[in-house]
This record gives sequence, C-alpha cells and structure tokens, in this order.
Amino acid sequence: MKRMYYIFTPGKLKRKENTVFYVPFKNVEPQDDENLQNEVLLSVDSDMAESLPTNKIVLPVQDIDSFYIMTEASFNTKFLDFCSANKIPIHFFNYYGFYSGTYYPKEYLLSGSLLVNQVKHYSSISKRLEIARKFIEGAAFNLSKNLKYYNTRNKDLQAQIDTMEGLAMDIPSATSIEQLMGIEGNIRKVYYTGFEEILGKEFELISRKYNPPSNPLNALISFSNMMVYTTVLSEIYRTQLNPTISFLHEPGDRRFSLALDIAEIFKPLFADRLIFKMINNRQIQTKDFESRLNGYYLKDTARKAFVQEYDEKLKTTIKHRKLQKEISYRRIIRLECYKLIKHLIGDTEYEPFKIWW
Amino acid sequence: MHITGTQLNYFFVCKRKLWLFANHIQCEQESDLVLQGKIMHENSYSYEKKEYEFEGIKVDWLDLNNKVIHEVKKSDKVEEAHLWQLKYYLYYFRKNNIGEFTGEINYPKLRKKEQVMLTDDDVVYIEKIIDEIEVVKNLPFAPKVEKPMKICKKCSYNDLCWV
Ligand code: SF4
Repeated sequence: MKRMYYIFTPGKLKRKENTVFYVPFKNVEPQDDENLQNEVLLSVDSDMAESLPTNKIVLPVQDIDSFYIMTEASFNTKFLDFCSANKIPIHFFNYYGFYSGTYYPKEYLLSGSLLVNQVKHYSSISKRLEIARKFIEGAAFNLSKNLKYYNTRNKDLQAQIDTMEGLAMDIPSATSIEQLMGIEGNIRKVYYTGFEEILGKEFELISRKYNPPSNPLNALISFSNMMVYTTVLSEIYRTQLNPTISFLHEPGDRRFSLALDIAEIFKPLFADRLIFKMINNRQIQTKDFESRLNGYYLKDTARKAFVQEYDEKLKTTIKHRKLQKEISYRRIIRLECYKLIKHLIGDTEYEPFKIWW
Repeated sequence: MHITGTQLNYFFVCKRKLWLFANHIQCEQESDLVLQGKIMHENSYSYEKKEYEFEGIKVDWLDLNNKVIHEVKKSDKVEEAHLWQLKYYLYYFRKNNIGEFTGEINYPKLRKKEQVMLTDDDVVYIEKIIDEIEVVKNLPFAPKVEKPMKICKKCSYNDLCWV
C-alpha cells in the first residue's frame, strides 16, 4: 500500500530515475543507517525504503502517496516535475510545526459534469445549506461521541454531552451558513470545557486563539488539525472533487476549502482522540512545549511522536458495516469523498460519517 | 458521439458502470484485489506491442495481412460482453472503411481459438445497442442498481456504489 512519508531531518530530495533519493545535509550529525531510517521517515513501515550504506534513503515511486516536509529540505524543479508526473502531493510545515502550504500537482481526475454539479450545489443556497448541515451534523455527532467515550471511563462529562446535544438540535432548522457556524462554535466551546475533565490537571485550555496558539494545548490542537486537513486534501486529490469549492466554509477561507469542510467530520476521531490518548499516557507532557515570543510551540520530538501515532491510526483497519470488508481508517475519508460525489451527481443523498464503534 | 469498446463492454456488464465511466467518474479500490488486477494488467502488456488503438477502440492484436482482429483471453469463459466488443470492432472497421475483418478469440492457456463473424443480424443489433448506449450516457442521473450484484465485488466502482 502507498504511504505517506514524513521528513523530519533536514536534507535534500532528489529524483533518481524512478525513485526518490533522500540525502540528509552534511551538517546533520552523522548517523547510522538505522537511525537515519527512523529519523527521516516516520512512516511506520518504512522498511519498504531500501537504505543504502551512504546515508541515503531510496524510496520507490510506486510506494509514495504523499510527502510531509516538516523541516528544511531542498529540491529542484525536476523533483517537483517528478512528483507531479507521479501524482504525489507535498505538504509543508515550518520549523514550529505550522502548516505553510501544499504543493498540489495538476489535477488528473477531471469530470466536467461533476464540476458543474459541485458549483451548482455551492451557488444554490438551499443546496449548499443542505450539505453544510450534514458536515456540522457529522462533526457534532463525533464530538459528543468522544466525550461519551470518556464518560463511560470514570470521567463525568454528562453535562457537556447534554448541552452539546441540545445545541445540535438546532442544526436542521438553521437557515444560513453563519447560523450553522455559530452552532458549531458553541458546540465546540462546550466540548473544549470537557478537555479539562478528560486531561486532568496537565493542561488547561484558557482560550482558543489562532496563530500563534496561546497555550500549549492549542499548539497541539492546531498541529493535529492541520494533519487532518492535509490528509483529507490528499484524499480529495485522488477523486474528481474540486478542492476549492466548498459548502460550509467560504471558498477562499483557505485555498482548499473543501478539505476544511470534510476535515470537520474527522478531527474528533483523528486529532482529538490522539491528543487525549497521548497526553493521558504522558507521551506528550508540558516539557514537550517550548514557549516563544508570542506563544507556545510543540517541540519537534513531540511532533514526531504525534505523527507516528497519527500514521498508525490511519493504518488501523476496521470492518465497514455496509461494505462488509476491512478498510483502513484512512479509507473512511476517501469513502466520504465518494459519498459526497454521489450526492452532487444526484445519485444518493449524502449522510456524514459518524463514528460507529 | 463515438462509442468506445469499453463503453460497449460496460453496457453489457452494468449500465450504471457505463454511466459513471462515460461521465468520467472513477473510483479506486483499496483492496489487494485491485492491486493485483493492476499488476496483471501491466504484465499483460507483453501483447501490447501489437496492440492497436484509435478513438478508444483498443485491439489486442491486429493481423493486417490476414485481416483478423484477435482477442486474447485468459480463461475459457467468454462473456457476452467480450463477444460483442469484438463484433463491435468488426462493425467499426467495416463502417470506417478500414476493411472487412474477421475476429478470432485466442485462449493461449488452452491452445484453443474460436472464429467470430459479423452477420447482418449482428449489424442490426449493434446499431440498436449504440443508440441505447447514447441514451444511457446522457441520462441526467446514474442508473440505479437496487442491491449489490455478484459482479460488483470485482468492479472498481464497488466502494463508490455501495458505501
Ligand atoms: S459496483 Fe456494481 S452496480 Fe456499481 S458500477 Fe460496478 S457493477 Fe455496477
């Protein structure tokens, strides 16, 4: 199966025939191959990447789904051309773990009739609302599902759950996108108050501000949300959906606003659950954060640890009830894209993913 | 509009598949089955040196001297879809003044071959099918299939159709 490659050690990416060479910069301390393998490629089954005796790693192209560049890396346009030709998106994060952008290769799956339908569903307010509602409905369901999970595990979150479910009752009758966004914002506010109960004293969520995050937990939440966003974007890339035409978010909120829409549904499962788990298991602690001029940042060791868990999570398989077969968690995102396509072409009404286990 | 051999094939297999394919909607499977399918397809390119393709008509092996269109089959099971696909090529060659060809289905594993001719009745039937394919392609929505069929398991649209 194709995998995501996460690059944490500064170095150079090169195209060499039908492979990608990864060569760490000289000023990086010399490392033995095994270390290098772990350092550079956090994709957990990186055994596929054959390591050479010369501090180089060779990645066969058919094995690469996408790259995550989490550090300084250099490459030339030949490399980018190669990634385009092989349909490999590249996601960039800066030194502090902030997402800086995606190299989204030229779209290769185009369907004129789907595009027309996607635009129609954006420009008709009733059609747009119908989809936006479903996104919020799915997100709200999965958020309260997370709290319910902990509620049965010695945490008292009943008050939050009740309030959230009360707020969610207004989703079907919302008549504007702003109203929907407002409901979602309120649900999230209540949800975040549950964090303290779930996480104990370790972290206190004071307020949630963006760029830079104002407290350690926010730094972690932002980072994990961007991981989910980029994963969704990579999956959209493998379908005929246009990533810039969205329904809940305004196209232009971000370049690929459809990925923001779909990510709402998956953040509770892929981002928040991991955060709870890692903090509760003390895999991430206060010492993993660094305070900078205007906020906190997650140190890169902790980012690596998170990414490793994240990658594992995406590879976890589960039996899909309707399809009656084992699929990976990651595949659930693709299926969401397919469901949306079916809705847009007037085939089957879209129903959002709701954690069913 | 021009009809490709694949579209004709899908017309027999599943009209929904024809519609999705003609509207450029694709779906990839996650399972190994498809991975294997892909690899097999890539291996079968040993025939491709002789493969002949134009306007979406793809012929396994074209013998210009004897005017024979060959189809190479792995198993001995010839589905209706494949037979009509080959007949469609014969029809297409005739219509486009490429020449009067005959068809031959080859089963290399069984060391067997089978002749295929285009009869007048076939021509009438094919023309009827061409019209029907146009109708299906231009439907505003994908034709519905009520519940999964046997062939869905192997179809690349399985996840899209049944999720
Ligand atoms: S999965 Fe089944 S219904 Fe869907 S296109 Fe394929 S054969 Fe037709």
